[in-house]
Amino acid sequence: MADDSDILVKVRDLHFERGDRMIFDGVDLDIPRGKITAIMGPSGTGKTTMLRLIGGQLRPSSGTVHVEGQHIAGLGHGALYQIRKRMGMLFQNGALLTDMNVFENVAFPLREHTELSNDMIRDLVLMKLHAVGLRGARELMPSELSGGMARRVALARAIALDPMIMMYDEPFTGQDPISMGVLVKLIRELNDALGLTSIIVSHDIAETCSIADYIYLLSNGKVVGHGTAEELGNSSSEWAQQFLNGYSDGPVPFHYQAKDYLADLMDGADQRAQSNGSSGVAS
Amino acid sequence: MSLNSIRTLGHKGLSFFQRLGRGSILLVNIVLGIPALLPRVRLLIQQTYSVGVLSLLIIFVSGLFVGMVLGLQGYNTLVKFGAEESLGVVVALSLVRELGPVVSGLLFAGRAGSALTAEIGLMKATEQLSAMEMMAIDPVRRVLAPRFLAGLISMPLLAAIFSAVGVLGGYFVGVGLLGVDEGAYWSQIQANVDYHDDILNGVIKSIVFGTVITWIAVFEGYDAIPTSEGVSRATTRTVVHSSLAVLGLDFILTALMFGES
Ligand SMILES: Nc1ncnc2c1ncn2[C@@H]1O[C@H](COP(=O)(O)OP(=O)(O)OP(=O)(O)O)[C@@H](O)[C@H]1O
Ligand SMILES: [Mg+2]
Repeated sequence: MADDSDILVKVRDLHFERGDRMIFDGVDLDIPRGKITAIMGPSGTGKTTMLRLIGGQLRPSSGTVHVEGQHIAGLGHGALYQIRKRMGMLFQNGALLTDMNVFENVAFPLREHTELSNDMIRDLVLMKLHAVGLRGARELMPSELSGGMARRVALARAIALDPMIMMYDEPFTGQDPISMGVLVKLIRELNDALGLTSIIVSHDIAETCSIADYIYLLSNGKVVGHGTAEELGNSSSEWAQQFLNGYSDGPVPFHYQAKDYLADLMDGADQRAQSNGSSGVAS
Repeated sequence: MSLNSIRTLGHKGLSFFQRLGRGSILLVNIVLGIPALLPRVRLLIQQTYSVGVLSLLIIFVSGLFVGMVLGLQGYNTLVKFGAEESLGVVVALSLVRELGPVVSGLLFAGRAGSALTAEIGLMKATEQLSAMEMMAIDPVRRVLAPRFLAGLISMPLLAAIFSAVGVLGGYFVGVGLLGVDEGAYWSQIQANVDYHDDILNGVIKSIVFGTVITWIAVFEGYDAIPTSEGVSRATTRTVVHSSLAVLGLDFILTALMFGES
């Protein structure tokens, strides 16, 4: 493993619960500085939750998350907000502010955090919008955008402050092949040109494998495999093979935890029989 | 059976105090955010517009009708004692002391309070508040504090407008339709409405109501379960709770202010 100063985000023995449901059960992750790291896993395993833990919006039940050597859950309000200024996060659904148009949405963090003149802000916003191909859409309101467009505007907003870490939650979902290609290139370019550290959460295996330097596979609250795309592809791990090839049979469950299918169906039949029986008696 | 209902009661009680605690912490955070807001006049004007100015019409119309009804009822009673000259005082005192703050408080809760809760609740449900947090912008200071302050500024002004329009409404009915002497209407008001005892106390009431209504509205939105159902419930709770709070507080304040004299 690389030496400590190269690790920007360090997650150790992370446990997290939602009610009675264990989401993370001892997860260790290292996100190296300046690289693109992907976190992949089936839907509902807690990928979004992981990003929120890194951003300090949720607190782990036990275990630690360190960003740049700072213990996130232990930071006070001020320090947490200070470090968030250097994190950009692309939300799964965009989360644009609905009372402002596209331009103002991208300008929002700049207006809140900097004293830049209106001219400067305009130039910066147009640059960011140009990068995601939506410079012409600046006057539109969020309700007038498609899902894919909204996600790209959100990306422009997330990079407005030139963060140190970018977290992308499903950046490729809902993009057509052309904008998908542009986005893949953009994420790579942002990462290399600005010296960012990127974390990508995604199911799109081909795109993610093509740009990620390192991949973590999560399932059932644990890391079930990690390595470069090549290593994972060649690995003999059943988890990795199942996930990368999309087999429905294997160690990764497709179903949300549930009791046995047949038993569940039979239960229904039993109940129906019972209620029929009782109503029969009553009438 | 009875054990169960006691348990439910205890549970309800506990959750009430939990919410009260969360609400109080939120209120402290909002108030701490207000000084940083003062230089940002535009933000404040925007919110005062949507909270206050947009409530003007309903306040205006209601004030007019309430004043006209007061004029009519007051005249019918006073004329029996030959005291219809005093119509002005009756109308003005009822409005300034009671109906102005209370009725405009109830209208404010229904018009502005519900809108505030729904807006903030929806921002939460669509992760806009989360996104702000991740942009290192504290939604309590950026979203809640300006709305709270706007409510605080708007409510006393709306109550004052309500009372003023009401006095005019009483004038139209009393002087215009029923033939009360115009000079008597105004001079009686001037002579008998006390600045400190009546007007100031009414203003204090409306400030208290404004604070409580906006606090409840903002808290319910921020604390809403982030789903469509959660937001709709929160909106209903805002109207019900803040209306009850207005009526309850009105009794307490009235007892404190006018009880002894
Ligand atoms: N607010 C919440 N309350 C309770 N449980 C939640 C909540 N949010 C998420 N969960 C649970 O946490 C688990 C992880 O959710 P998360 O959103 O992190 O999944 P994900 O890996 O991002 O899935 P996807 O790929 O579909 O976006 C889910 O199983 C979900 O049931
Ligand atoms: Mg997700």
